Amino acid sequence: MKHFSEISLIATVSFIGELLHYLIPLPVPSSIYGLLLMLLLLVTHIVRLDHVKATADWLIGLMPVMFVGPTVGLITSYDSYKDILIPIVVISIATTVLTMAVSGLTTQGLIRLQTKEEKEERAEALEACEKEEQTDVK
Amino acid sequence: MLNDIASNTSFFGIFITGVAYVLACAIQKRFKSSILNPLLVSCVILIIFMLVSGIDYNVYLYGKPKADGTYDGTGAIFFQNMLTPTTVCLAIPLYEKLVYLKKYPVAIIGGILAGMFACLGGVLVLSMAFGLDHTQYVTLLPKSITTAIGMGLSEELGGMVSVTVASIIVTGLFGNVAAAAIFKLFRIKHPVAIGVSCGTGAHAMGTSRAREFGEIEEAMSGLSIAVCGLLTVVGASIFAMIRF
Repeated sequence: MKHFSEISLIATVSFIGELLHYLIPLPVPSSIYGLLLMLLLLVTHIVRLDHVKATADWLIGLMPVMFVGPTVGLITSYDSYKDILIPIVVISIATTVLTMAVSGLTTQGLIRLQTKEEKEERAEALEACEKEEQTDVK
Repeated sequence: MLNDIASNTSFFGIFITGVAYVLACAIQKRFKSSILNPLLVSCVILIIFMLVSGIDYNVYLYGKPKADGTYDGTGAIFFQNMLTPTTVCLAIPLYEKLVYLKKYPVAIIGGILAGMFACLGGVLVLSMAFGLDHTQYVTLLPKSITTAIGMGLSEELGGMVSVTVASIIVTGLFGNVAAAAIFKLFRIKHPVAIGVSCGTGAHAMGTSRAREFGEIEEAMSGLSIAVCGLLTVVGASIFAMIRF
């Protein structure tokens, strides 16, 4: 029964996601509406983690299998991309290096900036405390 | 002969997909190599099998053909149909990792946004350089995000979904294999930065590599997949309006 209620809950959220996709004229996949709705339900504690966790982990673990069908489908659409095969591979690889480098370096830089600021704030606070102590002594 | 059997049974597609995937998992367990990704290996096995056996792809994907020319829908599409509920479930790891986001919100969102624009901009510039048409260009826009969101997005933008899947897999595999070299080359050392980079640049396959670096890396990478996927839905829709 536990799995069934979890599956029903996930299916309900998926359905509402599809409903939103049908009603709202934006290029947002229905799964994204569902994801945001599920997150909202969790954050507001309407849905507790143990209401969905077991089935969710199981489904996420199965995810790669769900991509097998469309990938095998590449054999039927070969004609549509055979002329651009090399650009596709080159673009995919080049932009991956670019994306990983830019996102990693930006995050690292911003973290350093934040920790530096925190340190400075702490140093300023310490200084202020010391000054107060000195005036107290006087 | 094989095509006759496949065309007269309903569960052939599910059966052969399951067998290929379990076999691929066993191969990876035996050789412990990140290039022998189960998804890649099972797809190679199946593509070779389909080409050799001559089984109709529609029978594999949609199941047993019916008299009116439609299919009974119990083929490999069964797994694909679980993608939407699975993407909904990505909210669970995202919720569990919100605490990291609260600690370094600017750095994480900033890093993901910068990576996303680098990716979309890179696709734009290279597509122009290679002289691709608009359909081919929008097909490649979702290449760095998780397949679940990427497939839906490619469809929304009017791209070729199976080619998008291929570019996503090439991206993930390359990111998985080259991650350590990229971090060494660009001197990326902070665990949060490594995680964000893996998740933003190479989605779930990057995350499975991030897991080998450590727990923070894995958590951050998982978070980045969801956040980057969501932001890219907006970003790619804007980039798709660019005509050249």
